[in-house]
Amino acid sequence: MSELTMTTPVLAAHGVTRKFGATEALRGADLTVGYGEVLAVMGPSGSGKSTLLHCLAGILRPDEGEVWFAGRRTDQLGERARTELRRRSFGFVFQFGQLVPDLPAIENVMLPLLLAGQARAAAREQAAALLAQLELDGLEQRRPGELSGGQAQRVAVARALVIRPEVIFADEPTGSLDSLAGLRVMQLLTGAARAQGATVVLVTHEARVAAYSDREVVVRDGQVTTLATTP
Amino acid sequence: MNVPGALLGLLEPEPSHGYELKHAYDRYFGSGRQLPYGQVYATLARLERDGRVKAGGTESGGGPERKLYAITDAGVTALESWLGEPERPEPHLQPVLFAKVMLALLSGRPAEEYLDRQRAAHLQRMREVTAGRETNGLAGTLVADYALFHLEADLRWIDLTAATLGPLAKEISR
Repeated sequence: MSELTMTTPVLAAHGVTRKFGATEALRGADLTVGYGEVLAVMGPSGSGKSTLLHCLAGILRPDEGEVWFAGRRTDQLGERARTELRRRSFGFVFQFGQLVPDLPAIENVMLPLLLAGQARAAAREQAAALLAQLELDGLEQRRPGELSGGQAQRVAVARALVIRPEVIFADEPTGSLDSLAGLRVMQLLTGAARAQGATVVLVTHEARVAAYSDREVVVRDGQVTTLATTP
Repeated sequence: MNVPGALLGLLEPEPSHGYELKHAYDRYFGSGRQLPYGQVYATLARLERDGRVKAGGTESGGGPERKLYAITDAGVTALESWLGEPERPEPHLQPVLFAKVMLALLSGRPAEEYLDRQRAAHLQRMREVTAGRETNGLAGTLVADYALFHLEADLRWIDLTAATLGPLAKEISR
């Protein structure tokens, strides 16, 4: 690990404020995430946890405060630079609706590689290996509609991981699944991310999902509370 | 339930008699199982012996004992230590967690912080159980799941209580 990665958090938010109209979703949120950490962001509905994820990932720009990724400030970047950053360095897993319905599973996973300019054969090979790692071998040619919810979500995980991102942002990734399928997705997601050395920022309201993390923070009224087990 | 801790918490706002303490305890924490007078006075005697409460003069009269008890500095320290220490995460903790929340609110202490520490302790336990969940075959998985479901139920209660602290504080201050 380089000196930079030992001393610098991979992600940081300092005093981040974000409003939607008159509603203040984040009110001076502070957070740092270490390299390779699996962090659970918990909190009640409407507390601002998804907004925090979107600000960290460069999907939203904060109204005030700073966002840093790998020692570089990202909240001041323009739209194009943030899009490029997301495509190169981040992977995303959302609750649902992220796979292209007309494409077979393997082509859904290949998409980010093809967008990055990789040759088709090499992309196919990498996507197939990742699908196998996520226990989806044999299902490569199925379209999302022909997969169970848990299988489709594992395809989404494969697609997020295939570019070997530095950070995976997962927003309620098991929210649409039953308990067992959800746990399997979490097990495979965190296992594969750890194997790649990727950091995971996981937004969830479910304790059993958060139990796959290394650490949790709670977002309450737009601010981040870091929990401590000792007084 | 930690009866000495609860009695210290009830005594902290103002000195009180054993009779009143018993009724305050029953009202908040009894849940259909009242605290016997014998246990109240035995607990107060132990707290007095340990220097955590101080007994004032006994009032004369034909009724029950009218000794006035007050918490000491050592009692406040013991109370804070108990309130601040997360409980070991295990099933059926609700009575003691509830007592801590109520006592914190009654004494103007930060109930939310206690709940946060307890949540962290629960999640850490869930993490440990989850990590070992698949190491002992299907039987081991089922045993782990039983523990996880109970810990999760506690956590839901902790979250619900945390979201209700404002109205709860108002209700008990009436």
